[in-house]
Amino acid sequence: MKNNAHTDILTFRLGTEKLALPAEYLREILEMVPITRVPQSGRFATGLINVRGVVVPLADLRVALRIPRSPATQDTRILVLDVRIGDEKSTVAILADQVEEVTTMKTAEIEDVPPVGSPWPPEFVRGISQLKGAFVMFPDLDTIFKTYSAANAANEKVAA
Amino acid sequence: MTGFDDMGAEIFREEASELLQSIEKGLMDLEANPEDTEIINSVFRSMHTIKGSGAMFGFTELSHFVHEFETAFDDLRNGRATVSKELIGLSLQACDQIGKLMEAAEGTGDENNRILASLRQLLHPGSESVQDDVQVDPVPDVAQDAEQAPSGDITTVIRFWLGADAIRLGNNPALLIDELRAFGDTKVRALDDRVPTLGDLDPTDCLVGWEVEIAANLSDDDIDMVFLFVRDEMDLTVERRGAKPLPTEKTAPVEEAATPVATKPESKQPTSKPQAPATPTAGETMRVATERLDELMDRVGELVIAEARLQALTGASGDPAMLSVAEDIQRLIAGLRDATMSMRMVPIGSILGRFRRLMRDLSSSLNKPLEFVTVGEDTELDKTVIELLADPLVHILRNSVDHGLETPEDRLAAGKPEMGTIELGARYSGAEVLITVRDDGRGLNPQKIREKAISKGLMTEKDDLSDSEIFRMIFQPGFSTVDKVTELSGRGVGMDVVMRTIASLRGEIDLTSEPGHGTTLTLRLPLTLAIIDGMLIDVGGERYTIPLAAVEECVELPATHAVGTGGSSYLNIRGELVPFLRLRHLFEIDGEAPEFQKVVVVSSAGGRVGLVVDRIIGNYQTVIKQLSQFHAELKFFSGATILGDGTVALILDATQLVALGREVEMRARREAAA
Repeated sequence: MKNNAHTDILTFRLGTEKLALPAEYLREILEMVPITRVPQSGRFATGLINVRGVVVPLADLRVALRIPRSPATQDTRILVLDVRIGDEKSTVAILADQVEEVTTMKTAEIEDVPPVGSPWPPEFVRGISQLKGAFVMFPDLDTIFKTYSAANAANEKVAA
Repeated sequence: MTGFDDMGAEIFREEASELLQSIEKGLMDLEANPEDTEIINSVFRSMHTIKGSGAMFGFTELSHFVHEFETAFDDLRNGRATVSKELIGLSLQACDQIGKLMEAAEGTGDENNRILASLRQLLHPGSESVQDDVQVDPVPDVAQDAEQAPSGDITTVIRFWLGADAIRLGNNPALLIDELRAFGDTKVRALDDRVPTLGDLDPTDCLVGWEVEIAANLSDDDIDMVFLFVRDEMDLTVERRGAKPLPTEKTAPVEEAATPVATKPESKQPTSKPQAPATPTAGETMRVATERLDELMDRVGELVIAEARLQALTGASGDPAMLSVAEDIQRLIAGLRDATMSMRMVPIGSILGRFRRLMRDLSSSLNKPLEFVTVGEDTELDKTVIELLADPLVHILRNSVDHGLETPEDRLAAGKPEMGTIELGARYSGAEVLITVRDDGRGLNPQKIREKAISKGLMTEKDDLSDSEIFRMIFQPGFSTVDKVTELSGRGVGMDVVMRTIASLRGEIDLTSEPGHGTTLTLRLPLTLAIIDGMLIDVGGERYTIPLAAVEECVELPATHAVGTGGSSYLNIRGELVPFLRLRHLFEIDGEAPEFQKVVVVSSAGGRVGLVVDRIIGNYQTVIKQLSQFHAELKFFSGATILGDGTVALILDATQLVALGREVEMRARREAAA
């Protein structure tokens, strides 16, 4: 049963890394829109965008995954995601340097991250897999968003 | 059918709990003015409405209980009994009991009887005759002749036909007859002369009439009370038979009655009050589900944003005809917005009744005589805010009585009046509503709080905090100043819960205290949760909104102050020193400031403060959107808004900006020292 389970995923690039996230998270993909900077907001969720009349925070996974940042290009897209932060449903947008495809893969093919040799913070990675000969990393979005919303709070307290 | 019943019961509960509150309020007013018959009557009317609609929705036990309660109260109305503290206390217990009966439809009979028995005992000392025979029988055989013959001098004979729709509308003739039975021995006879032949009969019509012979002289008022809910639809005749020919058969033509012979009593006594709450004139008020209002508010919010886009477009086009239409639309939307918002506004007085009850109970259970003063009851707040405020306020008030006020002995020893004072006040201040709870008790003891905070690990021995910073410790989770946990405070929830609720409403708590003289706690809450007038400003190409209600004036920044960073800088505005903050510096915006910068002077909790900006763009209506969890901790932004061109602008909170300014300054100083 487990071996046959399939899942729809969206693959995209951040820097040189190829990432994937479950398609059910995805609400829509936008071209670049004007971003409003939020002063004093740390480095992770630094902006706000208008998605059809809703103000949505824009986060940069590169900060969490320690991927070097580069300026936006023609290929840069904004992925609008429905996620849970802690117990609350929330809409968050993330930057993608390039969106590749929506595809299907077997859940069994997603493996745990090797404990050593991973360039990314292990707590933020759900697993890795191979797709068409390339490595694909599955970031743990729930943990990342939860950590950064909590970290934000903690930083504030330290600063105060 | 079940669905309808549930819905009906829900509506009944909602309505009844409001009535119950008004009864409680009335009872407490009565305690202060025992002679006021107006209050007694209004309490009586509320009871009657609960009884009537309770019966309609199947709350039989509740209805019965209220009926008995009402009977006891009737003595007050007739002047046969007088208001006493015990009576009010007992009546309040009865109110609680009604509340319980509303939730659980049955199973509290013992408690009912206990309260009712005590009430009767109080009103008729000596008479032990508990008239428990007035049990509500679910399906009484009303057509059957009732027991004995009339015994009194005067017999009242009532003949009535409910409207054909009566049963379909949920009326129950049996309950009406039971009410009549309460007046004395009765004889009931069914009148079937209006029932047509089977061929013409609609079995769901209520065509049977009843003749009720009561061995008592019922006043028109009494009869009115019984038929309060059905009077408009019914045919009613009253006849009084007895020794002397009384003014019987007072008849008056009925306007829209079905049969010309029908009459209904017209109460002419000057004492009878208009029964307003029971039969509200249609069109005066109506109940609307909150979600619908919320939806309306959302729509208006979207309209406001769309209107801003329209303004931007017409402004660019420069077409005068378009501009004039756009202006009209702007004006209409402003009106629509105000009307929509006012729908949601409720005077804070609507929850104060609950608190008066709470204070009364607290005062007697803690044995601390106190006077509860309320100020600014007509201050209006969004209904959602008011509802969320109720629990925190209960907690704060409890704290004030329990921890704030001293015992009467201590007060006398301290040379204060024996009776303590707790004041709950509300007033507007700029874009905010201030709610204050003030007691004249012993005040907070900074030393004691400090020790406690250290023992709880909330601060260290070395921390050198000001008194006000120490006071804030009581809002920390896990802090409680009283060692022994009393029944009232210390139920595991502390002031931290209060803090969190207020923060979720984008509010703030200030606390001041003077040892020996009392403590004042101030809740600062935004006036509205949804739409505000905002002033749009520009700093280094970034745009921000300042709530217009907080803006006092705008001045030019003198050239002498043009450069510089944070620091404590002051402007001299007409002889008054106003500190100012550079947004460019606070928000770490790069680039050169323009030659002529502007200062927007805003009111903050700590007084006037200037915000230095590059440019003032103009005034806009702004829909406040909450910030996500990533930015919720950035308190100096009270939210975000979408501008006419579709971009997002942050809304500034002046008071919090001052705090940020202080923090940035301290950070800079630390870095300089390191």
